Amino acid sequence: MKFTWFHLMPWPHLPEDFREKYRSVWVDIPTTLYDPRRGHGVYHDYLDQLEYAEKVGFDGLGVNEHHANAYGLMPSPNIMAATLARRTSKAALMVLGNSIALYNPPIRVAEEFAMLDVMSGGRLAAGFPVGTSMDTNYAYGQIPALTREKYTEAHELIMKAWREDEPFAFNGRYTQLRYVNCWPKPIQRPRPPIFIPGGGSIETYDFCIENDYTYCYLSYSGYLRAKQLMDGYWERVAKAGKDESPYRGGFAQVICVADTDAEAEKLYASHVHYFYNRCLHVYPGFADAPGYRTIKTLQANMITQLTQAQLRNYPTLTWKDLVDQGYVIAGSPETVHDRMVDLAKSLRVGNIFGLFQVGDMPGDKVRNSTKLFAEKVMPRLKQSMFREWDHDDRFWIKPLPANEQRVAAE
Amino acid sequence: MPSSSRLIDVAGGRASIRVHEAGDGAPLLFLHGAGGLMRDDPFFAALASRYHVYAPMLPGYEDSTGEERLRTMLDITLHQFDVMEALGLSKPLLVGLSMGGMIAAEMAALAPNEIERLCLVAPAGLWLDAKPITDMFALLPQEFPSYLFHDVVKGAALMTPGGDLNDVNFLADFMVMNARRLGTAGKMLFPIPDRGLRERLYRVKARTIVVWGESDRLIPPVYAAEFQKEIAGSRVVMVPKAGHLVGHEQPEAVLRALTELN
Repeated sequence: MKFTWFHLMPWPHLPEDFREKYRSVWVDIPTTLYDPRRGHGVYHDYLDQLEYAEKVGFDGLGVNEHHANAYGLMPSPNIMAATLARRTSKAALMVLGNSIALYNPPIRVAEEFAMLDVMSGGRLAAGFPVGTSMDTNYAYGQIPALTREKYTEAHELIMKAWREDEPFAFNGRYTQLRYVNCWPKPIQRPRPPIFIPGGGSIETYDFCIENDYTYCYLSYSGYLRAKQLMDGYWERVAKAGKDESPYRGGFAQVICVADTDAEAEKLYASHVHYFYNRCLHVYPGFADAPGYRTIKTLQANMITQLTQAQLRNYPTLTWKDLVDQGYVIAGSPETVHDRMVDLAKSLRVGNIFGLFQVGDMPGDKVRNSTKLFAEKVMPRLKQSMFREWDHDDRFWIKPLPANEQRVAAE
Repeated sequence: MPSSSRLIDVAGGRASIRVHEAGDGAPLLFLHGAGGLMRDDPFFAALASRYHVYAPMLPGYEDSTGEERLRTMLDITLHQFDVMEALGLSKPLLVGLSMGGMIAAEMAALAPNEIERLCLVAPAGLWLDAKPITDMFALLPQEFPSYLFHDVVKGAALMTPGGDLNDVNFLADFMVMNARRLGTAGKMLFPIPDRGLRERLYRVKARTIVVWGESDRLIPPVYAAEFQKEIAGSRVVMVPKAGHLVGHEQPEAVLRALTELN
């Protein structure tokens, strides 16, 4: 299994009465709640945590893109990955990802990702999300019903730019370039591994299956609720006649490890509540711009979504609810191990994007939980899960040999 | 004639369009707003009491299809000319409500010799930084009546969707329908309902009236003066006790205003 230590970089100083006073953590949250002087320290703490995760043995370091969002302070994840490229040497830089419909022209993504791949010695894992409606439509103004078409075209341009050795002309509907000429080129040929975050649309399943990209479900509602969606994906994989490599799938999970189950609650409960109650407080009017999802997907999923939305009443959920219902995998290393096995088996995912820094959790607790997982959970899972696919390197980075790897000079 | 409806082929089969038709008299082409037509739409009925009304539904509305080929304002404007052609209409009285008003104004600017009489009812299409138009794409369904009507209680009753929104099956169908409609509307109105119309309005030759409800909370009435300024010889009719859907709340006032174009 591959474990990516994933950071959202939430703002940890949202007020106690945030839910009552503000309608949304995203899109129209006033910047008076942000303090750049404190932000300076927050960024450094968070980057330290990512670097620590490599030290204790995580396979990947995850960053992602959000806009106008107080729980995701990385409008440009590439900047974060660039700092990590200089200070780490082994882990995959999992940029999950760049919302390619937002870049004009999208060749910018081909260039920046190529820079990251070269700087990191071939350690880039490239994510191409369509982006949430909050980011893509409300904060970045893309027309909802045209977003997917624009995304598809941008993907085609980026792949061709990496593949071709000669400059070419690209006559797209959204981007026209007379000279496409991507300098630099990525180290990984023909391309870095591609990860696609999805939320259950059939088009995205098929897109991943066709191209051998890894389909990632990044939800915060935990693995028990993800079963139906991932089953849908694996059904499409089987139908397409592709192999069942678990590395075709990935899942994000909030994970909190302590010495005992009781200790986990004591140490982490308040931070988990901060995350679910303040960070995930999104105004429903921003959740899904009409036209953003395809009609096919709406028809397939609407009833499930509506039913789930009614259940998702975070403020009423206790620690016990969150743990029992799998939103959070928390407890002793033994407890966490058992639930992780359950997760990996039931979703059949070889990639885990672990969220260890949760809400306003401070650095010492983050390290405690991260270290316990790395020492007492991760090795056992790697030993026991999906061993028959150990040889499968199609979905992971292919870095330069260690003796060619350069990092920051000390 | 009594109210009837049919599906017509448009643009050589590239779109299939639901057209509602009613009334006797001079032909009137009615372009609906972002919400489409209501069941027993009172504005449509009022227009049909004086005119032979044709109300084509845009792709994405009801069972009209062909939205995948419409991306830009120009695509949509030309589409409406294709519909006019398919209906065999020549120089009809053109009435557009809100988003439909935006399309109607584009048509009159694009082909000034083909559109001779134009009625814009609370049209979208212009933008003033000092008077931003409400972001309808971030409104919750239950918020709409207060933005659309002067008499909010009566308006909310008009808008009842013909089913129980607490029933998850009905709600799911309703949400899918809404996503289709507003998906099309977003091509003109998202994120800012301005596709450069102001620079083209000087071309309009049609005799034009601009009708606005004094209590419009969706597009503030101050926009009426902007249209008047840009369209030479146009006249503004402000209607008291009416919100954005002025033709639904005060149909007589709109009909009176229309007589100026006879």
